[in-house]
Amino acid sequence: MNAHQTLPADDAKPAYNYAYLDEQTKRMIRRALLKAVAVPGYQVPFGSREMPLARGWGTGGIQVTAAIIGPDDTLKVIDQGADDTTNAVSIRRFFERTADARTTEATEEATIIQTRHRIPEAPLKAGQIMVYQVPTPEPLRRLEPREAETRKMHAWAEYGLMQVKLYENIARFGEVTTTYDYPVMVNGRYVMAPSPIPKFDNPKMHMSPALQLFGAGREKRIYALPPHTSVKSLDFDDHPFRIQSWNEPCGLCGATDSYLDEVVTDDKGGRMFVCSDSHHCETRREAGHRGAMLADASALHLVEEVKS
Amino acid sequence: MYVAVKGGEAAILATHDLVAEARRGNESVPELKVAQIREQQGLACARVMNEGSLYDLDLAALALKQAQGDAIEAAFLMRAYRTTLPRFGSSEPVDTAQMAIRRRISATYKDLPGGQVLGPTYDYTHRLFDFALMDEGQSAIGSRQSKTVEQPDCRLPTADCLDSHMPRVPDILGAEGLMEAEAPPEGDPRPFDLTREPVSFPADRDVRLQAMARGDEGFLLGLGYSVQRGYGGNHPFVGEIRVGEVCVEFVPEELGFSVDLGEITLTECQMVNQFQGSKDVAPQFTRGYGLSFGHSERKAMSMSLVDRALKCREFGEAANYPAQQDEFVLYHSDNVEAAGFVEHLKLPHYVDFQGELELIRRITREREQRLAREQDTLPEAAE
Repeated sequence: MNAHQTLPADDAKPAYNYAYLDEQTKRMIRRALLKAVAVPGYQVPFGSREMPLARGWGTGGIQVTAAIIGPDDTLKVIDQGADDTTNAVSIRRFFERTADARTTEATEEATIIQTRHRIPEAPLKAGQIMVYQVPTPEPLRRLEPREAETRKMHAWAEYGLMQVKLYENIARFGEVTTTYDYPVMVNGRYVMAPSPIPKFDNPKMHMSPALQLFGAGREKRIYALPPHTSVKSLDFDDHPFRIQSWNEPCGLCGATDSYLDEVVTDDKGGRMFVCSDSHHCETRREAGHRGAMLADASALHLVEEVKS
Repeated sequence: MYVAVKGGEAAILATHDLVAEARRGNESVPELKVAQIREQQGLACARVMNEGSLYDLDLAALALKQAQGDAIEAAFLMRAYRTTLPRFGSSEPVDTAQMAIRRRISATYKDLPGGQVLGPTYDYTHRLFDFALMDEGQSAIGSRQSKTVEQPDCRLPTADCLDSHMPRVPDILGAEGLMEAEAPPEGDPRPFDLTREPVSFPADRDVRLQAMARGDEGFLLGLGYSVQRGYGGNHPFVGEIRVGEVCVEFVPEELGFSVDLGEITLTECQMVNQFQGSKDVAPQFTRGYGLSFGHSERKAMSMSLVDRALKCREFGEAANYPAQQDEFVLYHSDNVEAAGFVEHLKLPHYVDFQGELELIRRITREREQRLAREQDTLPEAAE
């Protein structure tokens, strides 16, 4: 911790501490993180600070990252699975500026991965830390708007309301219609919001060797999944949890097992499906995988084709 | 197409340049000076100081300049700066009874010790454009309408023609035992600071007042209005509104006596509300309190209406309406948080949207297939 204070970035303004937050605040956040790790899935209130980036734009994740990052870390920031989405760029620049952070787009090189809405396709390793940006930490919020009530429901593990909601979904539509932020049961005790990741990513949380930290800045909550924690998506025996699947592979790299984004290519119904994890897609193309639409996309300079 | 395309970084740098150009506007028009905003847009500065939770006129003016006059963006700049400032202690409580009065009005008494002091107010202006302001070089002295010019100017904050003693109206009622007494909690603890600690509910009054002091003026105005229209059912009187300067004093630990740090302008509003009394408490008037930086009456009045509405729990009243529910008021009055979350909808959401697309396409397909099957089987059943 002291090392952080003595290693300010050369170009950082003298008025700001390493990684922006003052050391007392970082200590407060680390205490909340320790409590969160000790009670997996429990939402720990913390004294969320006003940040120079907008509330609702990742200030929870940014505060968690600022509290844990050090000079030896390598940071990857993704939004919608991609490193180059505008807000991911903005957050990465923030840490390059305030913490002189070493950054990467390679999932396997990163020690800290701050994310909004996705978990990378490449399996995470022990020693890596996922930091999730969380808009609504309370999985019961849409069922019960009052915080005073939802805290009691968690305390008593009273999750019948959630089961009824899932049941009503099945009764009306034949399936659970929640496609993202799909509620999970953590360690058999707390129902937790996995943040708005697609339910496609839920299974990646289960027994992950990486430490997973969740920061909700505006709502002032921190929660965590220690490595190797059971994370079960809520379901029924006769309606087991299912993830999304696509009829076609990624148009650029041909992957059949990744989460795809839909790109509208013209106004005549033209569609292209591409990996949402841009680094995963690039890595596959570098390894020689070619999707059906790669040649078209590269002719339009939408992607740079790898020269081999 | 910024999924597959690289370029987010270049776009961000370019947008910073564009916003700088937009802020400056036509360069043939002289640039605004921060001092001009501070001196001539004082009410806007007061709003930014309130919602930015920082009393600094120059920074408020700078924030307004940098934000092209957007009050919420300016408050955001103030807060992001404020959060980095070291806290070296808490001031002594300011004493609004000792305020150097600029304006002081009461709607409950025709006259009272110290008198009614109208001070500067738009209340009785006719909202007709003063087209003369289109031209520069207007002087406030030159366009004076009143006849008091030759006399010592009683309208200035330094005026010594006002009574030195201006008791607060609720104190007058209190002396008669008709006003709800307000004593600090036992031991007079330091008030909660919601910028450093997470709030829990039900929230105590210090938390509620702090949240409202930095809450959005428009939101509190709407809530206060809703109370008046029947969504809350209080019938308030303006006991007193006072605007003026108070001294801020601080006791440094190493000195042990208080030091005057300077003065700040405050607006205080105390509303007087009815209360029928209960089994244990005699009927008395109850108080709604509003306090804000600068001259900001609308804010202080709105705050005092909502403060009284939020006291419903203490008086055993039902909390049926939004203005009476502390979670509702406190969570949603913070405009920097609200703006952040509303505006985050601009961020890409295509991963989640893809999940929804996949779901709705599949459900639609399954429905069509089911309808087609039913269509096939129906004629047979009729035969």
